[in-house]
Amino acid sequence: MSKTQMTGAKMVVQALKDQGVEVIFGYPGGAVLPIYDEIFQQNQIRHVLVRHEQGAVHAAEGYARSTGKPGVALVTSGPGATNAVTGLTDALMDSIPIVVLTGQVPTFMIGNDAFQEADTVGITRPCTKHNWLVKETDELSNTIHQAFHVATKGRPGPVLVDIPKDVQFASGKYTAPKAARVSHYQPPVKGDIETITALVEAMETAKRPLFYTGGGVINSGPAASTLLRELVEATGFPITSTLMGLGAYPANGEKWLGMLGMHGLYEANLAMHDCDLMINIGARFDDRITGRVQDFSPGSVKAHVDIDPSSINKVIRVELPIIGDVGHVLEDMLRIWKSRGRKTNGEAVKKWWAQIEKWRKVDCLAFKQEGNVIKPQYALSRLEALTKDHPSRYICTEVGQHQMWAAQYLGFNEPNRWMTSGGLGTMGYGFPASVGVQMAHPDALVINVAGEASWLMNMQEMGTAVQYRLPVKQFILNNERLGMVRQWQELLHGERYSESWSSALPDFVKLAEAFGAKGILCSDPADLDDAIMEMLNHDGPVIFDCLVTKHENCYPMIPSGEPHNKMLLGEVSTKDAIGAKGAVMV
Amino acid sequence: MSPLKIKKGASSHSAYDLRDPHAEAIERHTLAVVVDNEAGVLARVIGLFSGRGYNIESLTVAETDHTGHVSRITIVTSGTPSVIEQIKAQLGRIVPVHEVHDLTVEGPSVERELGLFKVAGTGDKRVEALRLADIFRVNVVDSTLESFVFEITGTPEKIDAFAELMRPLGLQEVARTGVAALSRGDGAH
Ligand SMILES: Cc1cc2nc3c(=O)[nH]c(=O)nc-3n(C[C@H](O)[C@H](O)[C@H](O)COP(=O)(O)OP(=O)(O)OC[C@H]3O[C@@H](n4cnc5c(N)ncnc54)[C@H](O)[C@@H]3O)c2cc1C
Ligand SMILES: Cc1ncc(C[n+]2csc(CCOP(=O)(O)OP(=O)(O)O)c2C)c(N)n1
Repeated sequence: MSKTQMTGAKMVVQALKDQGVEVIFGYPGGAVLPIYDEIFQQNQIRHVLVRHEQGAVHAAEGYARSTGKPGVALVTSGPGATNAVTGLTDALMDSIPIVVLTGQVPTFMIGNDAFQEADTVGITRPCTKHNWLVKETDELSNTIHQAFHVATKGRPGPVLVDIPKDVQFASGKYTAPKAARVSHYQPPVKGDIETITALVEAMETAKRPLFYTGGGVINSGPAASTLLRELVEATGFPITSTLMGLGAYPANGEKWLGMLGMHGLYEANLAMHDCDLMINIGARFDDRITGRVQDFSPGSVKAHVDIDPSSINKVIRVELPIIGDVGHVLEDMLRIWKSRGRKTNGEAVKKWWAQIEKWRKVDCLAFKQEGNVIKPQYALSRLEALTKDHPSRYICTEVGQHQMWAAQYLGFNEPNRWMTSGGLGTMGYGFPASVGVQMAHPDALVINVAGEASWLMNMQEMGTAVQYRLPVKQFILNNERLGMVRQWQELLHGERYSESWSSALPDFVKLAEAFGAKGILCSDPADLDDAIMEMLNHDGPVIFDCLVTKHENCYPMIPSGEPHNKMLLGEVSTKDAIGAKGAVMV
Repeated sequence: MSPLKIKKGASSHSAYDLRDPHAEAIERHTLAVVVDNEAGVLARVIGLFSGRGYNIESLTVAETDHTGHVSRITIVTSGTPSVIEQIKAQLGRIVPVHEVHDLTVEGPSVERELGLFKVAGTGDKRVEALRLADIFRVNVVDSTLESFVFEITGTPEKIDAFAELMRPLGLQEVARTGVAALSRGDGAH
């Protein structure tokens, strides 16, 4: 047996090494000192000292999303653990595999309101896929191996292992991953062949088919994206994706309609509304997508491929539910479709494309850069033009209008290149996520497209970026407003801009300099290209303060509670567009 | 007509029970959930119900396999068919959950609950309480000159009925276990 005696603290480091972990993001404290002592005495695993535990968890998320490997964070008991809660919830909503290790007061003090004691497993139970409190050193390594298994298998998600300090000091038997107890948790990956065949049959006859893909394709791994591309090219069907699925099918691909949903493209949303066969692959019928459920794509037969049975029929009833891993199911779909003679309803699909082309002509993302103030859409168009050919560009975002504009105006041609907080919509996600991405890809171009308000939420991570010489580019679209909130107030609350101002903003250039980084201010459209190039050419972290139009709205927009074909486009009058019923939705 | 061979709303390819999704009729279902008997597992199940706004009408839990550390949780819940379907799928995602059985749809099952009733009284009321207890085949597990503790086993409906009868006869206190249930016939679930 591959079992050896060692302290719990040593076990933690050994287990991480055996799991192939290269980087952990963390912050020390009393309850994890033995583990930090072990980290000190080795060189294999790099530890990144963040400046706030929320940053550690988002960095782990960025690392995970950009590599496909689980991200790891290590924090202390009590406040360290509670600071991790937002990141855990974020990872749960977006199905990101991360392992968070927390210190805990010694077992004999649990329940006594000891110093820095918090009921960590209690607090994090609803925001983890699973969590464990380890009470015996003998169980520790096995539990950590289980944690990696659960985080990555099936629908990925965050897990947490809470380790009391006495368990870290005591000695016990180390179990290597191979010898670890196998978990009964083994979600099936193969889809039901009969249903897959029924879907292929439907694809052969469909007149207005549409692929609606999501984060599940990214979760399934790069092979799934390759298969998806093959299937789309072979069938010639149009494809749209959610915010979370961008990059699985390339934005420069011929069949690409752009993102769908609340701020999705006109052609993508109308295609969703009018299709007769909707093939949902790894998306979860989120309310940003469906709008008013009763009116959602009323004429279509729907197929849904998802590894999590609870995603199926949760929001939208589907005729063809397929429970399985995207990669496995796509492989079967392709094989069956080919073996049946590669049929599609060519004539009808051509007409369908003709219709889509008409919608495309609306050119819903068109904007005019006039005057001497930079429009945010223009800023992102220029950023796209100047970076799209970079061989390894990774984009993170914060949350708000800038996030939606980034999704609309930047093109993603590969999976795992786009890190954004979709489900929870966590302002403050993007900066630490960019730290995690850059740690995983030291030579890549990592840009965080930010709003000034979101960026301030985790700006302390400047310290981390500078300390580890991470050349992350913080591209702040500064409208001096909580723009997304302001937009809703304009459309929904009679332009009463209650508390949606970013007042007393710092001078971002001086702020960058105070941290020992570079700051760039740009306010004139004529200077923009040069300023962006200056940012790209600087070998080190940059804060780019891009002053943009203050009251720009993000369109297209489907108001909450409306169907897809009630979309607001930029120029039309949009006041009072959201009815009372929609107003209660967020 | 849709050019597709599948009718909209068809359920033949569904791995699920696809009764009319818009049916608003509330149904009562008994679920048997087999779980690892580990710390916090009950909190996970209960947290799921409270966090997602599902009903629990009754819940019982005990270890059923000591060597395998396996417990069985029996939950009586109610909701529309689609809510019941979600409840089962959500229970199935909890990592220490091994199996989820819907005894209400998976064929005939038996349900039993145990109730303890303290009834105090003298004279005619006391005689009547004892007479009714006898009809219900209830055990007397404690008695004083002025009170009985009755033990009744049966379906929840039977226990409800007995409670109604005892109320005017001096019912003081009730303790009920909640439902335990098994499928009928051969085969485990
Ligand atoms: C301000 C704001 C505005 C937004 N506007 C939009 C918008 O306009 N359009 C938009 O699309 N989104 C928008 N979002 C994001 C939205 O809230 C959701 O996060 C997003 O739509 C969900 O994406 P998804 O359906 O791909 O699901 P995800 O959350 O990525 O879930 C993935 C699904 O795939 C399944 N899955 C995971 N792994 C596998 C596997 N290996 N095989 C099979 N299935 C798997 C999971 O079970 C899950 O059901 C917005 C967010 C914010 C913050
Ligand atoms: C932590 C958190 N708090 C509040 C919100 C609500 N919210 C969504 S967008 C937004 C404004 C974001 O402003 P900014 O970062 O400047 O981006 P902009 O919309 O202006 O591009 C707010 C407050 C949120 N998503 N997250």
